[in-house]
Amino acid sequence: MPYGPHTADDRARMLGALGLTSVDQLFEDIPVGLRASHLDLPDPEPELELAARLSGLAARNRTDLASFLGAGVYRHWSPPAVDQLLLRGEWYTAYTPYQPEISQGTLQSIYEYESLLAELVDLDVVSASHYDGAAATAEAALMTCRATRRERVLVSRGVHPHYRATTRTYFEGGLELEEIPLVAEGEAAGTTDLAALERMLADTERPVAGVIAAQPDFLGLLEPMPEIGRLAHAAGALFVAVVEPVSLAVLAPPGAYGADIAAGEGQPLGIAPQYGGPYLGILASTDALVRQIPGRLVGMTTDLDGRRAFVMTMRAREQDIRRDKAASNICTNQALLALAASIYLATLGPHGLRDVAALGAARAAELEAALAAVGVSRLHPGPYLNEFVVGVPDARTVHRRLLASGVLAGLVLADAEPDDASLADGLLVCATELTTPAEIATFAGALSTVLADFDIPPVTAEPVR
Amino acid sequence: MVPSDLRYTKDHEWVRLDGDEATIGITAYAADQLGDIVFVELPETGRTLDQFATFGVVESVKAVSDLFAPLSGEVTGTNPDLGPSPELVNSDPFGGGWMIRLRVADAGQVDALLDADAYDALIAAG
Repeated sequence: MPYGPHTADDRARMLGALGLTSVDQLFEDIPVGLRASHLDLPDPEPELELAARLSGLAARNRTDLASFLGAGVYRHWSPPAVDQLLLRGEWYTAYTPYQPEISQGTLQSIYEYESLLAELVDLDVVSASHYDGAAATAEAALMTCRATRRERVLVSRGVHPHYRATTRTYFEGGLELEEIPLVAEGEAAGTTDLAALERMLADTERPVAGVIAAQPDFLGLLEPMPEIGRLAHAAGALFVAVVEPVSLAVLAPPGAYGADIAAGEGQPLGIAPQYGGPYLGILASTDALVRQIPGRLVGMTTDLDGRRAFVMTMRAREQDIRRDKAASNICTNQALLALAASIYLATLGPHGLRDVAALGAARAAELEAALAAVGVSRLHPGPYLNEFVVGVPDARTVHRRLLASGVLAGLVLADAEPDDASLADGLLVCATELTTPAEIATFAGALSTVLADFDIPPVTAEPVR
Repeated sequence: MVPSDLRYTKDHEWVRLDGDEATIGITAYAADQLGDIVFVELPETGRTLDQFATFGVVESVKAVSDLFAPLSGEVTGTNPDLGPSPELVNSDPFGGGWMIRLRVADAGQVDALLDADAYDALIAAG
């Protein structure tokens, strides 16, 4: 189906049918002062000059770095088939396929996305889709309030700070969001404090709608998800798991540890780190919550002639029917990026995805050993998958100097989590299957050189093992 | 003609009061207007409702509508048959399609509701 703009003839014919002579007449009901004014755009440029200018801007991107940055967005190899298939014009709309008779291809692609993700998270229902992991997490939090008719949600400080901030914004309408602290020291340091969670849940005057925790957590650590879920359910609350989809090839999925809702960022599934997002928000739930889940749901059925057909289903959750009581305000979906995720998953297959996750974990273990060899160790003793925190003195300065040496040394946690003094020296570093042994050696070598310039000893306290 | 022993609201709920217990549903007119009903969301037992507060949602293939409590009271039961068979609201709106039972707080509130004649007049007026 072509999505090209209307020709002048098309417009003239439509205006003729309406008995109008100009498009402006369609906007006459809007007071002049409220209409879009002239856009302050630079003059047109010749194509060659424009291409040169844009190339110059693009060249400012540092693509030469050995990158150890993850923190919610992960570099992965995407088979060329993913981008090649996305280039097909048929997919180039984010709009909702309300007319199944002309949208079977789009509907089938959404159905396949939902089926693939449902298998990955091991839950009954997946909606397609949301702007990003933060929006999906916030929507999950709202779902718990609607389903339980309670107004207080607990979110672990192990959930990505951007997700917490977005959820807080969504909750400004009068819902309560409280943060569960992380364990400060010992074996479980950096994971959700279960004793604190239990205390917060015990306040029966303010019953809790939902408990949100991330696996792995923001610091890369593995959380005791079954225990968090058990505590939540014992208090009558729902349990939301924030997940990283590639990790689900090797970690237990949310459905296996009793999560009612799963939310996450779909970017690692074949979508390049670009523009800082938005990417693809994954949202899934149990069948019991199907009427609370926002986003498109596509079902498979048969048409009048008994042929397989795809249609949007459970439409009564949505704005066109439920209006102000709709499950969400979203009106377009990230269908193109959901399609990228589907093609990526279908191309790699379950074994391929497991290889991606396992290789990333193996590279991260190599990274840990290489950094330890130059005297830089982890701040937390617990198990991790492919991302972890190391402690260095004056992390911000070290990070800046490493950048000058061609190394992007992950994320400075003093910037991401300024309120957490225990992370003041922390760099959150990550490895994926794209991380090479040579890059790891470069990082370790450059770090050793940078630390040698410091007067204070580089070795931080050895964590408890 | 709607059943003469019930009371009605402008929002098309009906009430059967028996002592201090009220049984509540939606009228045949409402069910017809909604079309095929596919889901009824009902409150948990024990919840206290104020008169005219939302107590649930009825969903048909083409519309969704809130349900309003005609009287104040505490929910003492909900119709377990509507989970597996929401179509009972279409086929038997004044009987097997009932929705909730309330222990009413103030039986006097029923006097302000419409009687059968008044409700008939309301739907005749469209």
